[in-house]
Formats: sequence, structure tokens, C-alpha cells
Amino acid sequence: MILEARDLERRYARRDVHALRGVSFDVEAGQRFGIVGESGSGKSTLVRLLAALDRPTAGTVAFQGRRIDDLPERKLGFLRSELQIVFQDPMGSLDPRMRVRDIIAEPLGHRDPARVAELLVAVGLPADAAGRYPHQFSGGQRQRISIARALAPKPSVLIADEPVSALDVSVRGQILDLLDDLVSQFSLTLVFVSHDLGVVRHVCDRVAVMRRGEIVELGDVEQVYDAPEHEYTRELLAAAPSLRAALARLSEGGGDA
Amino acid sequence: MTLSVEGLTVGSLVRDVSFEIGAGERVGLIGESGSGKSLTALSIMGLLPDELSASGSVSLHGRELLGAPERELARLRGAELSMVFQEPMTALNPAMRVGRQVTEPIRVHGRPRRTAEELLEAVGLPDTARAYPHQLSGGQRQRVVLAMAVVNNPSLLICDEPTTALDVTVQAQILSLIQTSLPAESALLFITHDLAVVASVCERVLVMLDGEVVEAGSTREVLTAPKHAYTRKLLEASDLEARR
Repeated sequence: MILEARDLERRYARRDVHALRGVSFDVEAGQRFGIVGESGSGKSTLVRLLAALDRPTAGTVAFQGRRIDDLPERKLGFLRSELQIVFQDPMGSLDPRMRVRDIIAEPLGHRDPARVAELLVAVGLPADAAGRYPHQFSGGQRQRISIARALAPKPSVLIADEPVSALDVSVRGQILDLLDDLVSQFSLTLVFVSHDLGVVRHVCDRVAVMRRGEIVELGDVEQVYDAPEHEYTRELLAAAPSLRAALARLSEGGGDA
Repeated sequence: MTLSVEGLTVGSLVRDVSFEIGAGERVGLIGESGSGKSLTALSIMGLLPDELSASGSVSLHGRELLGAPERELARLRGAELSMVFQEPMTALNPAMRVGRQVTEPIRVHGRPRRTAEELLEAVGLPDTARAYPHQLSGGQRQRVVLAMAVVNNPSLLICDEPTTALDVTVQAQILSLIQTSLPAESALLFITHDLAVVASVCERVLVMLDGEVVEAGSTREVLTAPKHAYTRKLLEASDLEARR
């Protein structure tokens, strides 16, 4: 088991918010584990705990069998290279004053032109991207830069927190395909967080559905999507606009296909 | 024709865009960021940023809007013409109670008095008149914006990505609220990048690419038998179910 979350609780005492209430699950090595839920469901809080960027008020998180929820930052060095995150907004997570080569090499702690060149190829960016700044790229290209940076220290786990939510549909497809390729190519474990059920279905093999700080349903993607057990999962699936369903309706309505 | 747009051009960002929307018609405008969708909407509303200007023609019930004096446009906005933006938090005044905001279009245009409670109740927000925008959720805020947009029975309502910032369950509620609260004779121009949303709301659709309308037709034709390569590409990219 590469990640184990047990009875995670996170309260924010000052605002009297109970962001997570008793969340437990396992992620196996090589899995593509999806976490779906709406805003306020606790997805982002959970990501912060999995990455040891925050501490639970109760419960434990273990990475490769070793507890990480009670370690001080100076003992988390191993996790910082083993587990990397790609955030939603690439502009907000890339330093506008750094060149791409320095952004990508930052997790390494030293310059490494050869590794940077290798990573640019892996994420499908031209070699001359290394000398440019983030603002000179489109949203999709910036997300490729974030992905290259995340891969730099050769992590075993990649957490992608709404990585395509800020992108146009055509670019979204390209970034999802890229993540898919990289996860296979580098034998990564993927934790993929999204509010978009369609995207999670496309990318993941396991999925946890969250609502108000709890996992209401957890299972294999086919099972959860095709035969949801929890009322809330059914509600979410019904609310998600489906292009397939809409096109089927349109074709029927017109009597031709 | 409620709205006629002919040869609308904004610098090189919107080029020679023409379309019409009749009373009661629901028309979608789709395309990616930077394709000129929002500039088209802002040109119709007379809200282009100072450094941009529109040429061509935009007429509402035969009255030319491009180049019309600001005073005349101000009389139309919020009455004949209204708009719902993507981000309700920036569309609302953070320092004014929603009850006072929701009745503002009535006061500004001197329409017959209606109570805030009545208007908010109609969009499913009873007992919120005394709240400030920050005390409401994103979906509730968008309901307030929508209540303001339809209160004076506009001839044309423009919605610019009204549900993009919202959760799916809330999106479904807002989409059905737009359809039920819009008067039957009002025209709707609905801007979105989500093809599934456009298919559920609109009967006609325009596809924009790099400032031009590259395809237009009934939603059924455009989405089930797209003619332009770009429309096909958009459909393919949107259909994640087909990709795996």
C-alpha cells in the first residue's frame, strides 16, 4: 500500500469548520485513484494531508508504510521528492520571474540542463522553452511546465488537483492524454482530484466520492458509475451534463442520426 | 427580429460576425477562450473596454445600438437588454444587501414596485433579502444576479458562462432556473464552452473560432452533423466517453 489514510479528521477550530470527518482509504502502487466532490466537500483539505502540507486533527496518513502526519518538516524531505503535486492554476503556481529551466529544476535543488531537456521532451514542449518565462506560454503549455516540474525529482506518486479545470476542452483532452502516458511510462501512482465526474471516469480506475468531509462511496470506476450505491453519487451523476445523452436526445428528436 | 448583428468587427479580435435572434429563441455561442465570444456579447451590451471599438451593426428591434449615446444605452441595459456574467461575486455589490440590489433595476428604470422578498422567492431564495453577497454561496449569488437580469422582462438576455464557476448539481439548478424564469418572448444568447450545456439549453448554435463564426445552425445539425473541421474537433475533445 503506497498511501494509507485512517480516520482522518480535520477541524478548523477558529471557524468551527469540520472539513474532514473520518476519512479512510488505501491507494495501491500503480493505481489511478480519483477523488470527486463538489466545492466544500473536503477534497483540497484531503490533498493537503496526503502531501503532509497540513496535519490532521485526528487520524493518520502513512506513505509506503511510514507515518507522515506527525513528522516535522525537516524529516519530510523523502516525501517531497517521492510525492509531487500538480495544481489547478498553472499561472498561480509558476513563479513569473523564473525561467522555465529554473522552475523545472527547482525541486532538484541544483541546475541540471540534461534532466530539464529530458523532461521537456517528456511533456511535449520544445527544447527552447527552457529559456522562456511562464507568461510566454498558453494555459495548456503552462500546465505541461507544472507537470515537468512535478516529475523532476522522479516521484512515485503524482497528485493532480483539478489539473484541467482551468483549461479549454480541446486542451483538456491533450493534458489528460499526457498525464495518462506519463503515469504509464514512469509507473506512477496517480491521485486525481476533480469536481468533474467525466474527467475522473476517463482517467481513473478507482474513485472515492466525497461530500461534506466524508467519503460516501468508494469503489472501482465502472461499478461506481454504472451502479452507484449512494444516493448522492446518483444525484451527482444525474446532474453532470452528458454530451452523449444530449446528442442522443437531439438525434431522436429530429428523427435522423 | 429581436436582435440583428451584421458584420460586427472589433479590431482583429472579432471579424465580420453576423447573426439574428428572434423573440423567444435560445441561441448558443460556443468556442474556446480568446475566440471572441465575450467581446461579441460586450459589443451588443455597449460595454467594450475603452481601448476597443466595434464597427458593423447591432440592432435591437430595429434600433441601432452601435454608436448610440451612453444615455440611451443606459436606459436599455437592465430593462430591454440584460446580462448574467460568469462570476456572480464580482457582478454584485459586496457592500449592499441583496434585497436592495435585486430591486435596483426596478428603481433605476422606474418600473412598478415589487418587493425584494417576492423577487428572491421567485428564484428560490426566501428570507435572504437582508444578507450580503459574501454570506451566500456561489449558486445563491448567481440566483440573485439572474433575478435582477429578468425582473424587467428583457427582450434579450445574454448569459456569459453563467455556470462555469459552479458545481455540477448547482449548475443543473441554475440552468433550469434560467429557462423557467426567462419570459417566453425573450431572446437568449447563451455563451459557453460546454457543448453538453448548449445542447440542453439552446435550439440554435453559433461556433466561433479566432474571431469568426465558422458554423451556425440548429443545435441538432451542428452537434450531430458538424460541417466545419473545428466543430468536429471540439466535439471530439468534449466527448471523453468516446476516448476510452
